[in-house]
Amino acid sequence: MAQVVTSKRGPVTGTATHQRKKRPFLLDLYSTAVGKKYAMGLSGIAMMGFVLFHMIGNLKIYAGAADLDHYAHFLQTLLYPLAPKGWVLWILRGGLISMLFLHLHAAWSLTRLNRHARPVKYQSKRDYQIANFASRTMRWSGIIVLGFIVWHLLDLTFGVVNSETGKMITHPGDEESVKAVYASIVYSFQRTPVALFYVVANILLGIHLFHGTWSIFQSLGWNNPRFNNWRRGFATGFASLVVVGNVSFPIAVMAGIVG
Amino acid sequence: MTLTDELFAKNTVKLDSKIPDGPVADKWDNYKENMKLVNPNNKRKFKVIVVGTGLAGASAAATLAELGYQVDAFTFHDSARRAHSIAAQGGINGAKNYKGDGDSVHRLFYDTVKGGDFRAREANVHRLAQVSVDIIDQMVAQGVPFAREYGGLLDNRSFGGAQVSRTFYARGQTGQQLLLGAYQQFSRQVGLGGISLYNRSELIDIVVIDGRASGIVVRDLVTGEISSHAAHAVVLATGGYGNAFFLSTNAMACNVTAAWRAHRKGALFANPCYTQIHPTCIPQSDDSQSKLTLMSESLRNDGRVWVPTNPDETRQARDIPEEERDYYLERLYPSFGNLAPRDISSRAAKRLVDKGQGVGPKKNGVYLDFSEAIERLGHDVVQERYGNLFEMYERIAGENPYETPMRIYPASHYTMGGLWVDYELQTNIPGLYAAGEANFSDHGANRLGASALMQGLSDGYFVLPYTIGNGLAPLLGKSMPGIDHPEFKAAEEAARERFNAYLAINGTKSPDYFHRELGKIIWDYCGMERTEEGLKKALELLPALYQEFKTDLRVTGDGDNMNQTLEKAGRVDDFFQLGMLMCRDALDRNESCGGHFRSEYQTDDGEALRDDENYCHVAAWQWGGDPMTPNLNVEPLEFEAVHLATRSYK
Amino acid sequence: MSNHLKNITLRIWRQAGPAAKGNFETHVVDEITDEASFLEMLDILNDKLVTEGKEAVVFDHDCREGICGTCSLMIDGQAHGPQRGTATCQLHMRQFKSNDTITIEPWRASAFPIIKDLMVDRSAFDRIIESGGYITADTGGAPDANLIPISKIVADAAMDSAACIGCGACVAACPNGAANLFTGAKIAHLSRLPQGQAERYSRVEAMVETMDEKFGSCTNHGECEAACPKEISIDVIALMNKDFRKAKFANRKDLARK
Repeated sequence: MAQVVTSKRGPVTGTATHQRKKRPFLLDLYSTAVGKKYAMGLSGIAMMGFVLFHMIGNLKIYAGAADLDHYAHFLQTLLYPLAPKGWVLWILRGGLISMLFLHLHAAWSLTRLNRHARPVKYQSKRDYQIANFASRTMRWSGIIVLGFIVWHLLDLTFGVVNSETGKMITHPGDEESVKAVYASIVYSFQRTPVALFYVVANILLGIHLFHGTWSIFQSLGWNNPRFNNWRRGFATGFASLVVVGNVSFPIAVMAGIVG
Repeated sequence: MTLTDELFAKNTVKLDSKIPDGPVADKWDNYKENMKLVNPNNKRKFKVIVVGTGLAGASAAATLAELGYQVDAFTFHDSARRAHSIAAQGGINGAKNYKGDGDSVHRLFYDTVKGGDFRAREANVHRLAQVSVDIIDQMVAQGVPFAREYGGLLDNRSFGGAQVSRTFYARGQTGQQLLLGAYQQFSRQVGLGGISLYNRSELIDIVVIDGRASGIVVRDLVTGEISSHAAHAVVLATGGYGNAFFLSTNAMACNVTAAWRAHRKGALFANPCYTQIHPTCIPQSDDSQSKLTLMSESLRNDGRVWVPTNPDETRQARDIPEEERDYYLERLYPSFGNLAPRDISSRAAKRLVDKGQGVGPKKNGVYLDFSEAIERLGHDVVQERYGNLFEMYERIAGENPYETPMRIYPASHYTMGGLWVDYELQTNIPGLYAAGEANFSDHGANRLGASALMQGLSDGYFVLPYTIGNGLAPLLGKSMPGIDHPEFKAAEEAARERFNAYLAINGTKSPDYFHRELGKIIWDYCGMERTEEGLKKALELLPALYQEFKTDLRVTGDGDNMNQTLEKAGRVDDFFQLGMLMCRDALDRNESCGGHFRSEYQTDDGEALRDDENYCHVAAWQWGGDPMTPNLNVEPLEFEAVHLATRSYK
Repeated sequence: MSNHLKNITLRIWRQAGPAAKGNFETHVVDEITDEASFLEMLDILNDKLVTEGKEAVVFDHDCREGICGTCSLMIDGQAHGPQRGTATCQLHMRQFKSNDTITIEPWRASAFPIIKDLMVDRSAFDRIIESGGYITADTGGAPDANLIPISKIVADAAMDSAACIGCGACVAACPNGAANLFTGAKIAHLSRLPQGQAERYSRVEAMVETMDEKFGSCTNHGECEAACPKEISIDVIALMNKDFRKAKFANRKDLARK
């Protein structure tokens, strides 16, 4: 179990004389671990914004099928007729996907760096002091949430695993039909395993968000003695808000409140 | 004819201290104006070896590299930042007079000479006081976060042996901050290629060719490899020898080897008996203890030292009423009180503990009480000033000093003696320099608090870079012996043999055992108080124990990889030889001065009794082939600017 | 006052050299006073080993006052052992009980290769400092020390981070083997002082990039702060991150001029 690198003996000199590589500055920033953490933080903020608005929008489910379906329709025809139908939504989705990829790429390369930084693990049990479940499971909570997102898209966006998704409905008083999002959600959550998966994944998302939110302050260097004490609280509040909102949907469906 | 003259006539080595002409205040300027210079383009043709990377070594190496010399720096630590300068707590003196309390270069000079009990070379001390001002500027420019007042200006505190506030400090970690400052300058030069750094490399020998220091032999502690390094000049900044006592406040690895090996190659070792006992250390708590911890002397600014008047006192400190306490420093030395110089406070503590008035489970300490300060200043101010020291005390002693007084006792701390150097900090071997605690030059028989940091940085930043240039200038264009010279090969071979010999003894006792026993002898007979009888006894015990060391030592492991037992064996060997010289020097000096207190020579009230008629000289010892037969050389000390006076702090 | 602990079992990592295979070796310390320091206990063990003709356990240590930063050791899964804000050399046996089993391992990180047993090579820290952890001020040219007043608060904050002893506990404790606390502490120390402003952004760039070559990345666990014997706050990491961003963006123009 040798730590592979051995110490080179002999004099040390001129260690700071090498020419630094010149790169375009965004790449230059991203090439360092600190820069990658910036990327993670910024993409994290974008995705935090998404999950928050996604949750708030979905609260319309409590206002009834018509309201929710109209809201979905609104998103699809955002800025119409300025932009063709669906375009703005796809631009937003494109942005979100690139944020996700940036987040994933940074996470993947940082993980590799970290593995490389300690090729031989401690041979005795570590006794962590501050590191908590959230911080130590970021990788796993992230991967599971990613898997959930894929399922979630197949379920409620593309309808691959949901026969109700994509069906159209004309609500009373409407002239044209809109996508029956409400019905598709209700159908989905009436399948208990799906609802359970949804609940578990959202709790993991909350855990991921908790450490991620607090981390953003550190990674982006937002450190100010005036608000430092609030950071943990803010992270807890934000994560709880998203989780409570999201988890309420399957529970409401299963309890028959929505449906 | 005085004894000094008599001994001087018998000198075996010509000791030229090279003190420049002129009044003491002008000597350094005269020197700088008249010294030889090396053209900037020629500096890179000279290689200087610096051994040790403490304050003196790191600052010298950094400055020499900045000037353009090629510097090879050696440290036996893993990093240059580990040197023991880092442990100094209290502060650094600088004659800035920022407090407007009447400080001046002359006053710092005078205080240092007086503090050293008039046994230091005037010219060197004056230069030290002069450059003290530049040191503070330099360290602030490097980013040392000295303590500040609310207005943003530098804060000062007062220290033992001075009646002005001239001590700059960075919490209780001044040595750390100064060393890191020097280390950063040093590292910058390593990064830029001006310094080649050899870490975990211990000096084993000095090579002298045709009377000139030509290089060194080192042992790579990781691989055991022994190698030679040639240079135009060699600087030893390897610290003091306080670990001869085994229990001291020095770091575990501090040793005398570099200085001692130079001594064996002909460099004179001056005043080895001048060792400083620091009054405020945490008393020994058990027999397995490996080292003692110092609590900064700055604590005496606000702490009051006392013992119970009743030797059979059993109550807790808090329960002892005022009238049954003896605040003995305030009683005996009213004008300096708790800030009496180190040697004086130490002996006062020892006398009381010897009388049975000691406190603590082993009755081996005195109280240092902050209750009055906490009442006067409030808990917060005391915490602000000494918080980290209090925490440190609590970690070690398991008692809370805000509630119970600290227990303190003197311990070996600093050694004023060291390699003899002239005004240029050059030993009697041309090309070999000694800086910082490794030389003997500035503190006489006793060092004042906050002066060690000052001296290390003065030597490294502001003295050596000039004097080495003066020494190197005439060498331009002359060829120097390289490491293939037979002398280097012979020294390498001798070093190999020496370490193989330790491994081959295969006796029964570890180097630590011998170090502990050696330390006990030196502490008992050559410690805080010395007698003719005791020193003679030590000089019988030491050779006997040394003989046992040579026949019963056990070093396990091999010589070709990291072997701390083997390293230790080499260091203990040198401590044995030095120990004999310390006792011999102490026996020969029939007077009491500073850290050297011979109980035969004291006033009626127990103060040191100097003999200026016969001992106003530096005792510089030459290696005589055997540690028991050194040759004495003396350098008479002349005082022009200060009058020899009885040192009184009453 | 002092109590004696009995029957302490030590599981100590032994490894002959950088490339050798290591393993835990078990030793029993029959009795020791709780006044003894942790390293004194190892001294006693080593003395016994040498007397028995065995090789002593190699471990780094020096000042034993918690300031030089030489000592290391992962003790029972914690860098510098169980006492907060305390380096191994200041850890005393009163933190343990009779019959305890104590596991001692070297610090593990690819930047800290094992030299032997419990001793590792931390030179990578020196490389970080060499790349920029200083204020360029050649000897001799300094202005008067009181020329630039520094607010006490700023000086104190600089001192807080300058207290770093370079022991490497932050790297050892970090689940990722990152050196951000060490690097951040030096950057925070120098960048808070007026003297450090001229090189503020070139320093952070150079130091972060050198750190990157050798160490892992920060994922904000906070283990480093908990392990730090000087209790340096991870606020310094945030400051470093901020300065690094500024160096890359805001001051791009200035840096491009050179």
